[in-house]
Amino acid sequence: MAEGRKPASLEDLDKRLRAARSHQGGNAKGELGEGDQGSTQSGLGAALRIGVDLVAAIIVGVGIGFLLDLWLDTKPWFLILFFLLGAAAGMLNVFRVASGYGLAAGYKKPEDGAQKDGVKDKS
Amino acid sequence: MASPLEQFEIHPIVPLRLGEIDISFTNSSLYMVLTVVLTAGFVLLGMRQRAIVPGRFQAAVELSYEFVANLLRDTVGNEGRKYFPFVFTIFMFVLFGNLLGMTPYSFTFTSHIVVTFALALVVFIGVTILGFAKHGFHFFSFFVPPGTPLPMWPLLIPIEVISYLSRPISLSVRLFANMLAGHTLLKVIAGFIGVLGVAGVLPFAFVVVLTGLEILIAGLQAYVFTILTCLYINDALHLH
Repeated sequence: MAEGRKPASLEDLDKRLRAARSHQGGNAKGELGEGDQGSTQSGLGAALRIGVDLVAAIIVGVGIGFLLDLWLDTKPWFLILFFLLGAAAGMLNVFRVASGYGLAAGYKKPEDGAQKDGVKDKS
Repeated sequence: MASPLEQFEIHPIVPLRLGEIDISFTNSSLYMVLTVVLTAGFVLLGMRQRAIVPGRFQAAVELSYEFVANLLRDTVGNEGRKYFPFVFTIFMFVLFGNLLGMTPYSFTFTSHIVVTFALALVVFIGVTILGFAKHGFHFFSFFVPPGTPLPMWPLLIPIEVISYLSRPISLSVRLFANMLAGHTLLKVIAGFIGVLGVAGVLPFAFVVVLTGLEILIAGLQAYVFTILTCLYINDALHLH
């Protein structure tokens, strides 16, 4: 008797679980979409994130320029050149984060972004 | 009064030396070991019963497991499943490290750039190798945005390469700066409590609020670290 009833209740539980999960999944997806545009976090968090992205690229640019100068003995030309390139890369990072390519500085064109959403919906 | 930065000092517990290199077992190492032990204990003990209807402990483990699994599936898709153990490990390590740092008198190893940069470097190098293994030399097309006219290539490729190389730095600095700033702020405000006497109630209330905020940030930064790892894996798997 108990053996017969148990699977039924489990099936019921499974059904309810699946319903809850699909409901939750929809919610989570919506949240993630918003997160991509950077609106779930506070303004301060977004500002810090973007600031870090900007500065990180400049650090890398200056580092490469400095090392090239040290190696080729061409002070200060590579430093200047790579500082400018680093600043440009930083702007690019900021543009990518701010224009909703996700949290990361991604490498997708807008169509690919739509494609990514497609992948998201599929899963 | 103790300096607010004293909490970040590293003391060797068991001094060790390997030739010229100092490999002492420090308080930082101790907390890392503690984190690994706690994480493993949390997952292993939580899953010991393997009940179909989970108890509270098991539910907590399954919640963290499914949270990361969903994150990975939403950002990478089904190809990302292979990398779940890695992503889950990173998430649990950073999360437990951050939360362990919130217990009084403890040490926050994620507030050290060495630790976060090493983590970020593992992610960065792993993802780069993954991209090469998956796409071979086609991986370099990563650095040329689609539809770029040929004359622009010499200018754009260095910019894209710098942008790519800046990933581990922004990944590590974000976690490190958040933890460092938060814990310093907490200590500075707490320093006012004793000095102000009766009016010290005000900074005390502020510290209580800030502690809650710090716990939120601890979780949030672990989440950000994880989702960025997922996005990088996604980039490496699906080149444009």
